[in-house]
Amino acid sequence: MNAANHQSVRVEVRSLRKSFGDQEVLHGVSFNVEPGEIFVLMGPSGSGKSVLLKHIIGLEEPDAGEILIEGQPAHSAAVRDKFRMAMVFQSGALLNSLTVGENVGLYLAEHQLKSPAEIDRVVAEKLELVGLKGAEQKIPGELSGGMKKRVAIARALVIEPQLILYDEPTSELDPLMAITIGEEILSLKARTRATSIVVTHDRDLAFGVADRVALIAEGNILLVGTPAEVKKSTHPLIQKFLTADFKPKQEPT
Amino acid sequence: MIFRDLGQLLILFWRTLQALPLLWRHRRKVAEQFFEIGNASLLMVCILSLFIGGVLALETGPVMVERGLSNFLGGIVGLAVCRQLAPALMAVLIAGRIGSAMAAEIGSMAVYQEIDALRTMNINPTHYLVLPRLVAISIALPMLLIFADLVGWLGGAMVCATNQQIAIGFNSFFTNLREVVEVQDIVHGLIKSFAFAIAIGTVSCHQGLKTIGGPRGIGRSVTKAVVNSIIMILVLDYFLTHLLVQLEK
Ligand SMILES: Nc1ncnc2c1ncn2[C@@H]1O[C@H](COP(=O)(O)OP(=O)(O)OP(=O)(O)O)[C@@H](O)[C@H]1O
Ligand SMILES: [Mg+2]
Repeated sequence: MNAANHQSVRVEVRSLRKSFGDQEVLHGVSFNVEPGEIFVLMGPSGSGKSVLLKHIIGLEEPDAGEILIEGQPAHSAAVRDKFRMAMVFQSGALLNSLTVGENVGLYLAEHQLKSPAEIDRVVAEKLELVGLKGAEQKIPGELSGGMKKRVAIARALVIEPQLILYDEPTSELDPLMAITIGEEILSLKARTRATSIVVTHDRDLAFGVADRVALIAEGNILLVGTPAEVKKSTHPLIQKFLTADFKPKQEPT
Repeated sequence: MIFRDLGQLLILFWRTLQALPLLWRHRRKVAEQFFEIGNASLLMVCILSLFIGGVLALETGPVMVERGLSNFLGGIVGLAVCRQLAPALMAVLIAGRIGSAMAAEIGSMAVYQEIDALRTMNINPTHYLVLPRLVAISIALPMLLIFADLVGWLGGAMVCATNQQIAIGFNSFFTNLREVVEVQDIVHGLIKSFAFAIAIGTVSCHQGLKTIGGPRGIGRSVTKAVVNSIIMILVLDYFLTHLLVQLEK
């Protein structure tokens, strides 16, 4: 687990099926994410995006099919020990009993990768990156939703991951902060060639950072392609999803 | 159902034991938990055991005095407190006070995905959450028991001295107690309370970890943690006493 190890990883998802009770959430999902790629997943709410990410990070085991990280099953202990991976949860999932600083430095502290002074320095640097300079001593309970999300992003960046999963990283952020986060997603890739999978509803973010985009609806992948290919798609649902705009209805007079 | 739970408990306990070599790494968390347990329960332990000793003297005192056995009162109260009453009742108290808190804290971490977050950071929840709590409670409960023994005896002595029907002075109470109660009797209680502490810690952490379903789920886990701990304490109490009495012969 040394910092110099920036080998990026390949993710393969093969006919993944998952049910909760008698509700099947994923109906045989397959795609590959190439090493160093930024792969964006879009799709309607409830289509199974978060469940899919949890499988890739190894929190859930597939009912059928498999997920391979560099050829090894994602939920195996070997994968976790071998590769640095991180996930930004949709809810942030900060540890409420720890301060912001302790949350961000948790990975380094628990794995004893750096001295306490160095951890403090890295934590301060990452917090500044997400616009939360000097928030170390705050506790998660006193943060706004967007601030929690940014702390969660800082916590994931500290890991210097080889594979990073973002679950709606910008959903609670203002447009300027969303741009900053988008830039950081790109710069992480430039710095470390990390493989990134981004779930988002934010079309600007998606087409701004993506190498490839996948659309998922009701537990099926509809389409995978480069942003240009996806934009050209004639699939009605995809067109609607990508171009729909809010228009106030005209009141009949 | 019961067997599956027991199996999971044993596995959790075994995994925690295997993690013991990592204890030094987690020493800060152990200390935190230890002081939290102490702070939360020392006063309650003292008050409770004062009354336990008192009520024991009140129940047995008049009967024994009537039969001319007043000389043995210190010994009876002393033995009953340190061998049985204090270990069992303190464990029940700690199950209610600390076991519930452990289940609630870990349960809310499970519900709000904090444990998932730990896993994604390759931090083992058993090492991070269970190990420090289990070690802290199994040191703290026996230590609290020593306070409970002393305060319990004091409670017994106070009642004996002040109750008109009993009227045995402090001195004769404690002289008899010292004659009858041996170190072995105190150790007997300590061994039991150590076992109870492990039961409370394991049951409560286990219930916390398997919590699902929001605030209601947390409530359910807390109730189960306390009830299951108390059942475990009483059942273990019988079998451990049986075993220890055999060994003491
Ligand atoms: N632990 C679980 N138990 C039961 N059902 C679940 C569980 N997790 C997810 N589901 C179900 O799986 C489906 C997909 O959920 P998921 O969270 O993946 O949606 P999503 O695509 O991330 O939506 P959103 O964009 O709103 O976050 C939903 O119908 C949800 O009810
Ligand atoms: Mg989601």
